[in-house]
Amino acid sequence: MDKQCSAVAGTLESNDIFITITAVGGADTSISLSSIVMNQFGEAIRALVEQCMAQSGLTGVEVAVQDKGALECTIKARMETAIARFKEKM
Amino acid sequence: MRNRTFLFMPGNNPGMLASAQCLGADVVIFDLEDAVAQTEKDAARILVSHALTELRPQGVGVTVRINGLDTPYWQADMEAVVAAGTDFVMVPKIESADQMLQVTTGIESARQKCGSTATVKALAIIETPLGLENAHAIASASKILHGILLGAEDFTASMGAQRTADGAEIAYARSRLLTACKAAGVLAIDTPFPFVADLERLEKDAAFAVQLGFDGKAVISPHHVHRVNQAFMPAPEKVNWAQRVMAAARKASEEGKGAVSLDGMMIDLPIIKRAERILLLADA
Repeated sequence: MDKQCSAVAGTLESNDIFITITAVGGADTSISLSSIVMNQFGEAIRALVEQCMAQSGLTGVEVAVQDKGALECTIKARMETAIARFKEKM
Repeated sequence: MRNRTFLFMPGNNPGMLASAQCLGADVVIFDLEDAVAQTEKDAARILVSHALTELRPQGVGVTVRINGLDTPYWQADMEAVVAAGTDFVMVPKIESADQMLQVTTGIESARQKCGSTATVKALAIIETPLGLENAHAIASASKILHGILLGAEDFTASMGAQRTADGAEIAYARSRLLTACKAAGVLAIDTPFPFVADLERLEKDAAFAVQLGFDGKAVISPHHVHRVNQAFMPAPEKVNWAQRVMAAARKASEEGKGAVSLDGMMIDLPIIKRAERILLLADA
């Protein structure tokens, strides 16, 4: 995988979420998360992002998540978009 | 389901999609076409699909406006939104009966691909001079066509006409489309009023659409929904009159009479049809 490869999805607008997936090499996946509702839903958002990444089969990437209050279906949609865009670039 | 208001909502805006149920429109239109940038077509399609399956508005008809048949997106759009369970697929810039048949085949193919047994109907937008010339052929082309919307912005641009608040430049297009829809027995949906802040003229425009005989009207702002809904609601005295007409017609039928009078007026088929339309609009 090209280490320069990266893909984004979503926006930083209210009710949305901005996802960046970047190739870093190796076999691990790391997730960094910031959210306006971190105290209330941070763990649930992280679990959902982990679930999407596990289903994608992608490894060796860094996932940066900036949440602006997205609903679950929005998080899934933006993750799906980012993953599809990343795979297209691989 | 009522058909007074069809509210356009940008398909790539999660906040607006989440509020679809609360805005008072009879039908919401999740837009994958003009409201979405070329670079975000994939994101909007995925977002709308998830919204349809996980955030579906209750008590509201759901339509998705897909991208046009002349784009590389429409088949993927159609497959995604049919699989996600939309009620209607709205297709822009329909210009011929052949294109309407292409839409019908596309919906059927999408249903088969995802194994759906649900009914999915089509809504067409006529927004070019050629489309308007072929309006009746389009309206009659498919059994799954539910209605046709006049897209006046693109239409007037194609005609080289200036779009105004009084709508004189679309008078012929409105009447032509309306007649074609009525002749074919599909819904006639009026074009949105584009001057978002001019609520006074919006009310006049909506009242004129009702006067002409349109079944509903598209809206591009949540602020327009209530006013357009109200325009399509008959006054209580009209509803009362319609109920009395229908009661008199039923009585005449039971007594084997061909005609009956009410308040000195002969009740015949055109009067009964008018009364039925009033009761339909009033949902009474």
